[in-house]
Amino acid sequence: MTLTLTHYLVLSAILFAIGIAGVVRRKNLLMLFFATEIMLNAANIAFAAISAYIGDLSGQLFALFIIAIAASEVAVGLGLLILIYKKYGTLDLDKFTVMKG
Amino acid sequence: METIAFYIFAILITGLFLVTVMSKNILYSMSALAAGMVLISGLFFILGADFLGAVQLVVYSGAVMALYAFGMMFFDATRNVKEKNSSGTLVFLLSGLSAVVLVAIFAAPSIGANIKPLVTGAKGLDNPHVIGEVLFTKYLIPFEVAAVMLLVAMIAGIILASKKMDKSLSEVYIDTLPEEELKEQK
Repeated sequence: MTLTLTHYLVLSAILFAIGIAGVVRRKNLLMLFFATEIMLNAANIAFAAISAYIGDLSGQLFALFIIAIAASEVAVGLGLLILIYKKYGTLDLDKFTVMKG
Repeated sequence: METIAFYIFAILITGLFLVTVMSKNILYSMSALAAGMVLISGLFFILGADFLGAVQLVVYSGAVMALYAFGMMFFDATRNVKEKNSSGTLVFLLSGLSAVVLVAIFAAPSIGANIKPLVTGAKGLDNPHVIGEVLFTKYLIPFEVAAVMLLVAMIAGIILASKKMDKSLSEVYIDTLPEEELKEQK
């Protein structure tokens, strides 16, 4: 049994679904960040697999740019998380209901 | 041989990411995420994308996870995360949506069977050579923009994280509390 493109795409879809489930289910901001990383990685797998099976290099380069975006997202996001933690003393999303109305 | 490696990697990655999403402890969750990232680079090596695999190892499991580990110093990592989960309607809706996407992905390769490769690079070179060649010719401008974006992110990270760095966290927390809460505490 040989590997086909579908194998990789299905794996990528499963990982993406795990990431979405994490974003929906968790209430901790740090956990939301982890779930986002999982989703970005799932997209990377799909890009690399399509690039390898079609023989086009663009997919790998786009995966490279996605990795760069993920790195900068983590840098800014962690800075904001630290500020939020200093302000409220927690990372629980339910505690951030500060708008009155 | 490749098939066996793929299945081992796939099962391990899925399991580790499930641990990441379901775990109550942030530390376990982060370790599982780091291990999953390392195994994903294995998938890239199977696919022949050597350079991408190396970048995944260096950037994701090296830099990003180290950044999370340093950020963990500021948060209570050992305490279990307490969270209450609301109704499952939204979860059902979204899992239904992802099931639809899954079906579309099964159908996609048969629809896109006549796609022609556009960017193939020079023949007879190994993967990092070809990647470098294409990156610095066809994708030069996105590459420069990504460099500027990384610089902006670095400055933003430094400025955001270094505010009030000279005070300890508990002091800062008391200082920023609204006055009513301070009275309540007294």
